[in-house]
Amino acid sequence: MKKYALILVGLLVGLGAVTTASGLLTQPALAADEYRIGDAVKNFRLKTLNGGMVSLSDFSDQKGVIIIFTCNHCPFSKAYEARIGALHRKFAAEGFPVVVVNPSDPKTHEDDKIEQLSFLARDKGYTYPYLVDDTQTVARAFGANRTPQAYVLKNTGGTFTVQYIGTLDDNPQDPANVTKRYVEDAVTNLLAGKPVVITTTKAIGCAIKWKDA
Amino acid sequence: MKNTLIICILSFSVQAFSQNTASPAKGDFIAVAGNSVKKEKNISLKPKASAILEVKWSALEKLLNSNTDTTYIVNFWATWCGPCVEELPYFEQLNRNFASQKVRIVLVSMDFVQDKDKRVVPFIEHMKIKSTVWLLNEPDANSWIDRVDPSWSGALPATLILNTKSKKRAFYEKSLNYESLAHALGYFVEY
Repeated sequence: MKKYALILVGLLVGLGAVTTASGLLTQPALAADEYRIGDAVKNFRLKTLNGGMVSLSDFSDQKGVIIIFTCNHCPFSKAYEARIGALHRKFAAEGFPVVVVNPSDPKTHEDDKIEQLSFLARDKGYTYPYLVDDTQTVARAFGANRTPQAYVLKNTGGTFTVQYIGTLDDNPQDPANVTKRYVEDAVTNLLAGKPVVITTTKAIGCAIKWKDA
Repeated sequence: MKNTLIICILSFSVQAFSQNTASPAKGDFIAVAGNSVKKEKNISLKPKASAILEVKWSALEKLLNSNTDTTYIVNFWATWCGPCVEELPYFEQLNRNFASQKVRIVLVSMDFVQDKDKRVVPFIEHMKIKSTVWLLNEPDANSWIDRVDPSWSGALPATLILNTKSKKRAFYEKSLNYESLAHALGYFVEY
């Protein structure tokens, strides 16, 4: 009965239902499992560019972590590279480091091969941990769908909870004309013991190309 | 009614605009390879119109809130987005095949505005795109993504099919092919 009612509603709003259904079909697992504001994040462990391993739990002595899903082939990610470094410089000392996660499939994007990334890391002197999520399991667990996409996590006694999901600021094209610094504002509030005001934002970005399951 | 008129005039002028530019652009291209004098002549005769129109959110908002029986297919894409570029020919095919219907295609580029002349315009010319192309110069995407469709995450490609008069809309945050586009359009246009 409920199902028929739903179909009716769908018909009434024209193709709305078709849209939703097709949306669900493209990313079946994500909608239900993705992290939302307030959710606790499961520990993960990923390779770094220099062959080491880093876990979220390694940051248990920090106040929080800024996780940024990014990549090396996307113009939006490239536009934000310097700003990602600046965020880390600003907040790492205050107990809120940046951790970058690259969920690109190196088979699809030559620029995201580990050798290429390692070269860049040396060349540009990344100071933050740069983790390779080539199996895409962490990006899937988070429900990240595009790059760059930031998650601000607060650490409470070793449990990391999601406090902000979205874009870094309101102007990818021109850093000089940024007026809203979403991630910075979120972290500043958390450091002051205040709640985050804007908890989610959307942005145009490069869709993460998922490996065939 | 007034809004409808504005939109109609706008869409027709944009259409005319992009079609007008197709041949000089082509001529230009040939001239570059062959005769440089001819190219200069072309430019002096007519200021080189861009095949792409830089717009603000208000242009898109007008389109979304128009009251017209024209069905709009609004595709959000970028030159750097592989799957977007792959599906562009399907929109072009649709543009040709539905030319006699009240169907308008607007390809809204998400490329950075500073890349317009050196990257987007040559791309449009190279691909011989005949559909209307806009470059939306609104960097604060968070302020308008939900107004296109609340289900949109912001990932590309994304396509909105819309008929404001019959209040039908469909939104796709995924790649489409010609069959799926034509099938979806079947709900909007009788043919």
